[in-house]
Amino acid sequence: MKRTIFNNQLLPWLLLAPQLAITFIFFLWPAGQAIKQSFLREDAFGINSSFVGLANFRALLDSPEYMNSLQVTAVFAVLVTALSMGLSLLLAVAVDRMIRSTRLYTTLLVWPYAVAPAVAGILWWFIFNPTIGVMPYVLNVIGYDWNHISSKTDAMILVVVASAWKQISYNFLFFVAGLQAVPASLREAAAIDGAGPVRRFFDITFPLLSPTTFFLLVVNIVYAMFDTFGVIDATTEGGPAQATNIMVYKVYFDGFVGQNIGSSAAQSVVLMLLVVTLTVIQFRWVEKKVEY
Amino acid sequence: MSRTFTVSAFALIASMSAANAQTDIQWWHAMGGELGAKLEEIVQGFNDSQDEYNVIPSYKGTYPETMTAAIAAFRAKEQPAIVQVFEVGTGTMMAAEGAIVPVYQLMQDNDVQFDQNAFLPAVVGYYTDTDGNMLSMPFNSSTPILYYNKDVFEKAGLDPEQPPKTWGEMEQFSKQIMESGAASCGFTTGWVSWIQTENFSAWHNQPIGTEQNGFGGLEARLTVNGPAQVKHWGNMKKWADEGVFKYGGPVGGDNAPPMFYSQECAMIMNSSASRAGVIANATDFELGYGMLPYYDDVEGAPQNSIIGGATLWVLSGRPDEEYAGAAKFFEYLSSPEVQADWHQFSGYLPITQAAYDLGKEQNYYSENPGSEVGLQQITLNEPTENSKGLRFGNYVQIRGVIDEEFEQLLNGSKDAQGALDSVVERGNKLIEEFQAQNQ
Repeated sequence: MKRTIFNNQLLPWLLLAPQLAITFIFFLWPAGQAIKQSFLREDAFGINSSFVGLANFRALLDSPEYMNSLQVTAVFAVLVTALSMGLSLLLAVAVDRMIRSTRLYTTLLVWPYAVAPAVAGILWWFIFNPTIGVMPYVLNVIGYDWNHISSKTDAMILVVVASAWKQISYNFLFFVAGLQAVPASLREAAAIDGAGPVRRFFDITFPLLSPTTFFLLVVNIVYAMFDTFGVIDATTEGGPAQATNIMVYKVYFDGFVGQNIGSSAAQSVVLMLLVVTLTVIQFRWVEKKVEY
Repeated sequence: MSRTFTVSAFALIASMSAANAQTDIQWWHAMGGELGAKLEEIVQGFNDSQDEYNVIPSYKGTYPETMTAAIAAFRAKEQPAIVQVFEVGTGTMMAAEGAIVPVYQLMQDNDVQFDQNAFLPAVVGYYTDTDGNMLSMPFNSSTPILYYNKDVFEKAGLDPEQPPKTWGEMEQFSKQIMESGAASCGFTTGWVSWIQTENFSAWHNQPIGTEQNGFGGLEARLTVNGPAQVKHWGNMKKWADEGVFKYGGPVGGDNAPPMFYSQECAMIMNSSASRAGVIANATDFELGYGMLPYYDDVEGAPQNSIIGGATLWVLSGRPDEEYAGAAKFFEYLSSPEVQADWHQFSGYLPITQAAYDLGKEQNYYSENPGSEVGLQQITLNEPTENSKGLRFGNYVQIRGVIDEEFEQLLNGSKDAQGALDSVVERGNKLIEEFQAQNQ
């Protein structure tokens, strides 16, 4: 690794300053504000403000809605991650075996990534709209009465599919790059030894892909927990009966729509802690199983 | 050369000082599309009518977004003088005593003539304090009414000129329609919270909460789990199971109007202000209008319906001359001509008796069927404590709770009594929180 030695003590700080400023203004300061607000009880306009200690957090623990939101978030994050990673791995393996049309397929598969989450949400809203959508019509023909407005399961399926679809392109790109890095000689050797395509995939390709898979696992969980706000907002708005009210949407709804800033701040502090914990767990334990 | 320069420089300075002499007044609103264009036309009318003040309207998105933007701006001391807030935000705005300038006081302070008796009591009553003083200026108010498909009624062998009056008829007509195959569903509704719960209670003269539905103070609590409401929610569930009623989703019920337009459902209950939209979309059939149905075995029904919509609040902390301008602007806004024009264009209710009378004089109501139903409904009887309106803190979230519990009822996890008990319990928790924040 190449090391640069600075003779001047000031220069490295100066070079870091823009990044530090951005981190401070857009991350540390708002996070600090959230922590401060989470200990306060305040009216919407900020006229009456009083310190209430941990009351906001205690209220969260007592709230069945919040417990429900935790559960929904867990189910949602697992489903989105599994679905989007599974499908994109399948697509990447398929593309990897192609010889001439790889580029064309890759380009086409990357397209959905360019669609903004809110736009993707609206598209899915139209496709699955119980009254005017295409899918409910098709499902009705095969005998399934689709209604994500009153059915909790249908609503969950909708947001999971819409969110996973959005992430497939991203995962796909990384998997394709990862697959190209797997030495062909290893696979050939295995083939000569008589291993079939499935065996070759699970014994050679997949273990060698593990750094990519691990990286994507972290990224996808973070994506499912935070970046899916637009999809939820455009399709179900957390409903029906809070069935798709993931934590980040609840933070938004209680804070921005409901003007309950104390509770919303407490929720975002919990969310911050949760993400820190998850990331630590992933790097401490899961990463040990990764072969670089 | 130098002379032209001097002259043009003078002209420039002169024009600048002319512009400076005018006081700019910021008005944040939530009216998009055609309503927004009409709003700008009204503002232009005011700006052209005098040269002291210049009202600048800015569209800030949906109602919750506009309110959130104004509150955030207030916290950053960058607030507009006037902001449009929807009716469920009233509790929050009222409790923020240091943040608002009540309209009656604004008019007094600036010596603008203001007769509160000229306003329609059912409209203004929603926005007065316990002494009857008007706190905000009603701008766009509406009330739910019944729209129905006359063609379907005829096909089903019903009299197309007779909309159902009671819920009994509603059920009977719906079943006849479904059996005859004229439509596959009887009715749908927008706004389960506003129409099937709040308005339902007022229409049957049943309390929504204690302390005159919250008008009496922050100690008020919800009591919306009374026998009439439980019976109605129970019936809604029964009708949903039978296919008589189809649910259009939470909040405004986005999926309800398409079901009516596509003639899947024969009837819809929705805001009187959506009349123009309904006419524009109901192109394939003859449209009929009626009042909300009621249960004839509930004593006191029908009483009067309550309003929804938004009012204009004046925020504190702006320079004095802006308040003088805001007072003048409100005077202009409540003049019969402006009111009648806005009401007839948008379908919102007029806020003054004079504007209502002007519409009658112009034969507007006889030429436009259905445009008077809402007005007749809110003025049907003198409002009682139960039908003046409602005022609770954190009400945006409580509306969410109502939707959620209704959905629990529909998917069978709770019965009507259980669902409404939960509305009261969860709602009261939010109200207690609001009370704690504002004391």
